Amino acid sequence: MNKMPIKSIKDLPLEENLLPGTPMCAGCGGLLALRHCLKALGDKTIIVNAAGCFTLLSIYPFTPFRNSWLYTAMASAPAGAQGVRDALDILIRKGRISPDENLKVVVLTGDGTAYDMGLSSTSGAIYRNLDFYYICYDNEAYGNTGFQWSAGTPFGSKTATTMPGRIAPTGAELSKKNLFEIWRSHKPPYLATISPAHPVDLVNKFKKAEQFKGPKLFISLAPCPPGWGTEPSRSANFAKLAVDTGIWALKEAVHGEVRHTLVPKKFKPVEEYLKEQGRFAHLFKPVRQEETIRKIQEMVDGYWKEVKSQESGVKSQEMI
Amino acid sequence: MVRQMLTGNASAAWGVRLAEVDYIPAFPITPQTEIIESLARWICDGEMDARFVTVDSEHSMITAAGAASATGVRVFTATSSQGLLYSFEMLYTVAGWRVPLVMVNVSRGVSAPITLEADHNDILAARDSGFLQIHCETCQEVLDSVLMAYRLAEDERILLPIFVNMDGFQLSFTREPVEIPEIDDVRSFLPPYQPKHAIFKASQPMAQGIAVLGGPVYSYFKYQMHLANRKGLDVYKEISKEFEGVFGRKYDAVEGYMTDDAEYLLIMTNSFSTLKRARERGIKAGLLRLRLIRPFPDDDIKNALKGRKAVSVIDQNISVGKGGILYSEIAGVLYNEKDRSLLLSFIGGLGGKNISPGEFEFIFDNMIKTSETGTVPETQLLYTEAEWKEMERLKKIAGKG
Repeated sequence: MNKMPIKSIKDLPLEENLLPGTPMCAGCGGLLALRHCLKALGDKTIIVNAAGCFTLLSIYPFTPFRNSWLYTAMASAPAGAQGVRDALDILIRKGRISPDENLKVVVLTGDGTAYDMGLSSTSGAIYRNLDFYYICYDNEAYGNTGFQWSAGTPFGSKTATTMPGRIAPTGAELSKKNLFEIWRSHKPPYLATISPAHPVDLVNKFKKAEQFKGPKLFISLAPCPPGWGTEPSRSANFAKLAVDTGIWALKEAVHGEVRHTLVPKKFKPVEEYLKEQGRFAHLFKPVRQEETIRKIQEMVDGYWKEVKSQESGVKSQEMI
Repeated sequence: MVRQMLTGNASAAWGVRLAEVDYIPAFPITPQTEIIESLARWICDGEMDARFVTVDSEHSMITAAGAASATGVRVFTATSSQGLLYSFEMLYTVAGWRVPLVMVNVSRGVSAPITLEADHNDILAARDSGFLQIHCETCQEVLDSVLMAYRLAEDERILLPIFVNMDGFQLSFTREPVEIPEIDDVRSFLPPYQPKHAIFKASQPMAQGIAVLGGPVYSYFKYQMHLANRKGLDVYKEISKEFEGVFGRKYDAVEGYMTDDAEYLLIMTNSFSTLKRARERGIKAGLLRLRLIRPFPDDDIKNALKGRKAVSVIDQNISVGKGGILYSEIAGVLYNEKDRSLLLSFIGGLGGKNISPGEFEFIFDNMIKTSETGTVPETQLLYTEAEWKEMERLKKIAGKG
């Protein structure tokens, strides 16, 4: 890929570093995002993984990656990245391996790890300005164990541990933790949200991040057919709807300075996104939970209102 | 060769410096901290060419250590007690990665109640992790064991991480004269690290630490670790002989003291033992100190216990609900022996509690009585009358008297 930024999907890198034949669920949105991430990152890469769905990508004696892989544990993949990065630097500096042997170090975790258990090791790695990438595939629950509530779960979502019931008809009563802002408070050189439905935006963000030494962090929405109760063939549609309704804001922060990279001209109502997902079905039947739906819409409206007041020059359909 | 007065901690740091370690991920905890402080200072002063990084926790520390070791650098780290327990998941994990890092554990009792002082419940909790374990008695032994540990861990027949253990306070903060070997001698014994196993680099993509499906695959890899660890018994003998050749100091996997004519044997690890009073009383007392705990030196123990009137294991640990950990392990070694000694169990020195000469006398009295009656008493806690009275006084202050 020569031109930067690319303009259309026709310009996406043709190389595939994540090959077909994985045991992920059909329609895994996270896997689609990861495929694009690895197109941008190339094969001189080591993925340091934390416990989650994607741990099952490499099962002995198979791996779908052209690049290297190290599974660590749930809480400490960024510390694993620290060890690999430091070791490579030492070996190159001491002349024990050639600089050609260098690798990009990429942490890959789900939202359960990123939003909660892995926060300590992630904060440490960002704070130490570790030169690494972090990709969080955010399917908004502990998906690998059967879609239990995580701190990435949005308000109103049904999960296996927030089942709508007589006492708590809403499902998840807490709102999604704001991981973007938690990470941003460390002022990493590059931080962005991405979506598998916007590969051009995604690849351009990775290419832009490449110029920075230090933490380069990405949170991707990851439609999850079994957890979300959606058709596998429609994952890209839901990822796109999340952006079109304003629920998933595509943005970046360079050294903490936030800029939205794609703002819909006209936001679709959140209901369009919610109503076809099994995890939100209880908001519509048997009784329509008007107040909950309105609250979700208000949260989204409130977010964008604040964006427009803070970010001067936000233009609709703006792309990097 | 220079002789200096060094603490156990400083001795460990000197071992690491002489091993020309590349990478030290660290996290402070009492009573280990002096080790990483010494190393950090040397690195800042340019006396040691290594990278030192303080991470957010011991869990992260072991992860970073293992990942760096898997990438091909020589790695050291250290911890104690709660830190070791906090890192627990990763001990098993990096052992499964088959990475040859060395870790010093400065033993300290584990919470609750929270304490700073030594016992071996921390290190023995890690006995099933896959790490090898060397337990040290003296400061010189700590330095020497760090060098031997790298040889063991990096040996192609083993490729497992290893602990060098010492008692917190009693050894970590005790100064003893220590010979600091010349770097050339160290290099002849422990050459610079050149991994022959696969490491992460661009020309060699690979997947490490990956998931398995099915018991047979899991069992295969787990048992491989066991066999490699057990192989350590033979490799240890080779290495300790080589060490003796270069440095003139001999370290057996199981060290006997006054055992030749001993009728009554104590078995202990680390630094707490004494036979003085018993020998003064004319008791033919001997001490067996277990230096290698993993792999467990079954045969050395069997041989050393042959023909004794009675043997006592003093466990500075307690497996709550069972008793002494080493007692059970030693009893397991002896079960199928035809001629086996009577084996007594004592729990002592928990949380740094002193084991006084009187308590050692109590143990020998018990052994003599047992050898006469043939009746082995149940596990006994070493605790003096004075300590009991003091505890009663404290309970009164706490309102529970």
